[in-house]
Parts: sequence; structure tokens; C-alpha cells
Amino acid sequence: MSATFAIDLTDASTFPSRRNEAWKYSDLKRYLREAPEPSGTAAVGAPGPFYDLGGDAIVFANGRAVGVTDFIASGEQTLRLRYISDAVGTGHTASARVSARAGAKLLLLETHEGAGSAYVVNNRLELDVAQGAEVTRVVLVEEPEDVISVAEAEVRVEAGGVYRQTIIATGAKLQRIETRIRHMAQGAHVQADGLYLLNGSRQADLTSVVRHMERDGTTSQLIKGVARDTARGVFQGKIVVERGADGTDARMGHHALIASERAEIDAKPELIIYADDVQCAHGNTVGALDDSALFYMQQRGIPADEARALLTQAFLIEVIDRIEHEGAREVAREWLTARL
Amino acid sequence: MLSISNLHVSVGDKPILKGLTLDVPAGEVHAIMGPNGAGKSTLGYALSGRPGYEATEGSVVWKGEDLLALDPAERAAKGVFLSFQYPIEIPGVPALTFVRTALNAQKRARGEEEVAAPAFLKLVREASKALKMDFDMLKRPLNVGFSGGEKKRMEILQMALLEPSLLILDETDSGLDIDALRIVSEGVNALRSPDRAMLVITHYQRLLDYIKPDRVHVLAGGRIVASGGPELAHQLEAEGYDKYLPELA
Repeated sequence: MSATFAIDLTDASTFPSRRNEAWKYSDLKRYLREAPEPSGTAAVGAPGPFYDLGGDAIVFANGRAVGVTDFIASGEQTLRLRYISDAVGTGHTASARVSARAGAKLLLLETHEGAGSAYVVNNRLELDVAQGAEVTRVVLVEEPEDVISVAEAEVRVEAGGVYRQTIIATGAKLQRIETRIRHMAQGAHVQADGLYLLNGSRQADLTSVVRHMERDGTTSQLIKGVARDTARGVFQGKIVVERGADGTDARMGHHALIASERAEIDAKPELIIYADDVQCAHGNTVGALDDSALFYMQQRGIPADEARALLTQAFLIEVIDRIEHEGAREVAREWLTARL
Repeated sequence: MLSISNLHVSVGDKPILKGLTLDVPAGEVHAIMGPNGAGKSTLGYALSGRPGYEATEGSVVWKGEDLLALDPAERAAKGVFLSFQYPIEIPGVPALTFVRTALNAQKRARGEEEVAAPAFLKLVREASKALKMDFDMLKRPLNVGFSGGEKKRMEILQMALLEPSLLILDETDSGLDIDALRIVSEGVNALRSPDRAMLVITHYQRLLDYIKPDRVHVLAGGRIVASGGPELAHQLEAEGYDKYLPELA
């Protein structure tokens, strides 16, 4: 078991419970008391949402690599990273390693594509962004409503490197998408965005920890979410500015809509600052759809359900608009719109 | 065309309209004037079906149909249009997208064919030109950052594109300077036609210099307390609403 990833699906003693502060909103142990039986093989079916954008591919089917598990980018490249699950009641783990060489520009298009039911999955990614490299990562997560899914990414950004991510989650029985990002050297830039759109009794937990280890790094985070029905959205965002990481500029925002009286949002934004000369800010709001806007739209002939969908899309789209790569942005926009 | 009979409307537990009766024949423009708090805006909201404005008694028949039985979007598809005193800002939804979505939703509800994008854009270009609106403004989120005058023009633009048959103008002159008032009024007058009815709700007579009413009604204490020709508006301007207030006590 690597030190980077603490959860081992074959060993129930590694499953965190809510007694672990970082897991208090997503009590894995409560949902998963025993280690699941290992999953069998699965077929790679449809080509995936990002197929049209081309590039290389890393594909896992029920944790088994179909081809390579590692990728090193140089120059300008596109990589599709697909975690495919098709299992019933079993568990599997997939681990990928990706790095962008100095000066490289990588578009990393990641999908978590689930079929079947009640499976358990732990998808992992280690990502290194070398000096002056630029990585844009867009993650689409769609899984059956009764599965347990923990996705973890460990990201290291070197001097002057740029790392941007946008996670789009639709939830599951328990869906935790955790990103740990470290500014390893001076002057790195990080954008750690995401959104969740949750129906039924789905749950999604977007957790991130960004560590500024060195000077003059920037972090910008915008997370938006909508919880409908009895769904539950969780946002835990932690930004740590270590001693000596002066000149850091870190901004975090989480804004959520509760679209039903029985839906729930839990938010825990944290800024932990050990350096003196820093600029940090965070904002957190949770509200409901605007009734007067809903009436206005209906008055013009837009039926209530369509009006709600349009307002919800308008609320969430800000996150999509921040995706810099046009092709990826449009795929993400269509993907989201189809799920409103 | 529009027949309101003994209409009682409450907001929460508070009765606002208390037996309002009013008929507006096709092709006519009727002005509703009255003091603040008389229930003018409530009438507009009740006719368009705003949640929270509950009709407790009476009836509203529009083109032979019970309007109160329909939800707001259904009423819109039947031709009801309320121009808001304070148009709502909708962040994230471009004005063009909004109007096209509304137009096509109404067409779907009526079983008509939807308007394709190129034909729609042509319609909008013509309509915005007539209202002296900058077309690029319509690419911005609806009403967000628009001035008061721009918002009112946006209402009239929607009116021109949606082609409603019952037009309810709630204090359309508020926040407009003279030039804007003239342009907005021209936009409204262009929509006058024998198969449309208009209700112009206003506190001041000024708007009625530009949109000439066939009939003027005084709304006070939740009822129509006086009706007359256009001269009634001038009389109200000169004398105020005081003479209609004592009888409320």
C-alpha cells in the first residue's frame, strides 16, 4: 500500500469513519463495513464523452488497465483518462500516474463511467506538473445511485507551473472526490473548480486540500452545487499557507442551491495561514432558487420545470465558463445540460 | 374580451381586492388609476397568476375561459402579458436565450411550430431597432446591469415578440425620462389592435398623454369606485384621489 493513498479496499481497517474529522460528512465505514469481493473483468463499451477531442488514452475497466497506466506529456498533448466500472456488489481500485514535463501543455480529460450497481470503487491519480508546465484537467463523474465511490488525486505543481481542474459530479450513494494539491515551488498557479448536481437521494462530497509550500503561488477555487429531492452536497475546501509562503494569493468560493426542503448542503471552508504577507479570502453561500425570477419566467410562458432547469443551469454555468479549453468546455456544457 | 366579476384577492391573510368588477372589450385600452396601496399591482399579479395572490371569490373570464384555473405559463400562452413595474434580473441567462425560450414554450403550448434561430434573430433585430435598443445588449444576461429605462424597453421588446392579446402594463412609466417614455409608449401604441385588450395601471396621468385610454377607472380600497372617459384622468390629476378615500372608512 502506498503512503499517498491510505484507503485499501481489501482491508476494512483502512476505511475512515466520521471519527476522522476529514470524513465526518462522508462516513465510509458506515456504508462499507467489510472489504468487498474483488470485481471481475468488464468490457470497454462506448467511447466516452471526450472521444471527439482525440488524443491518447489510459483506460481502466473494473480497475484493470487496458494498456498503459502511466503517461508522460511533453509538448502539447491531450490525454483521456477513463475509469470504467461495470460490476454488481464487488469492489476495485484503479491507479494512474500522469506527469507533464517542463514546459509541456496537457489537456487531461478524465471520466468516471459507471454501470451496474452497488459496487465499490477507488480511483486514484498521481499527477506531476513540472516547472512551467500547464495542465488542464476536466473530470466528469457519472455513476449509479447505489454505488460507493472514492476518487483521489494527488497533484504536485512545480515552479511557475499551472494546474487547473474542473470536477463535475452527479453523486452516488456515497461519492467522495478528493484532490490534494501542493504548490511545491515558487510562483505556481492553481485553479481548483467544481460543481455538483444531485437528484434523488444521491450524495457527493467535493473535498480539496491545497498547500502553498513556497512563495508567490496563487489559488483560485469556485465550487457551485445544487441539491434536489433528498440529496446531500458536501464541500470541504482547505487552503494551507505554510510558513515562508509569502506573496500567496488564495481565494475560495462555494455557492450552493437547495432546491427542496429535504435536501442538505454541508460546507466546511478552511483557510490555515502560517505566513505573514498573504492575501486570502473565502465566501460561502447557500440559498434557494429565486421565486420572483421563477414567476417572471413563467409569466413569459416558460413552464415551471423548464424555468427551474434554466435557472439552475444559469447558476452552475459559471463554473463551466471558467474552463479555458474551448473543446472541453463545450463537451462539459452539453454533458451538464443533458443532466439538468 | 376580459371580464372580471366581484374579484376578491388576498395576499397572505390580508384581503387586497374586495369585489372588483371590470370589463375590457376587445380593441380597447383601459387605464386603472388609484392611490398607493389601492391594489393596482395586486390586480396585475392576480390576473397573471403570481403564487401568493389568491383569488378567494369572484371570477376572471378571458376569451370565454376561466383564467383563474390556469397556471402562469398557461395564461401566458393564452396571451396574458404583465409588464412588470420592476423587471426581474436573471443572471446567467442571455436576454436573447430567454425570449426565444419563452416564445417557443408558448408556441409549443399552443401546438404551433417553434421559431428557428435565424428567423428569430431577424425578428429581434427589427423589434429592437424600433425601440432604439442596442442589439448587443440582448446578448447580456437578462436585465442584469440594465438601467431602469433599458429594463422597460426590454419589457416592450418582449411584448412585441411574444404578441400577447391581453397586455397589462404595471407602472410602465416609473423610472423613465421623457425620451424613454415616448419610445416605450410608441412601442405600446404599435401593439394596439382590434383583437387586443390593454390594461394600463398607473398612478399618474402623465403616461396617458402618450397611451390614450378609451376608459379610465379609479381603483381604491380594492374596488373600482369610479369610471369614465379620458377626461377622468385629468380630473384626478387636478383634484387628487382624496375624494375617493373617505368612502373607504
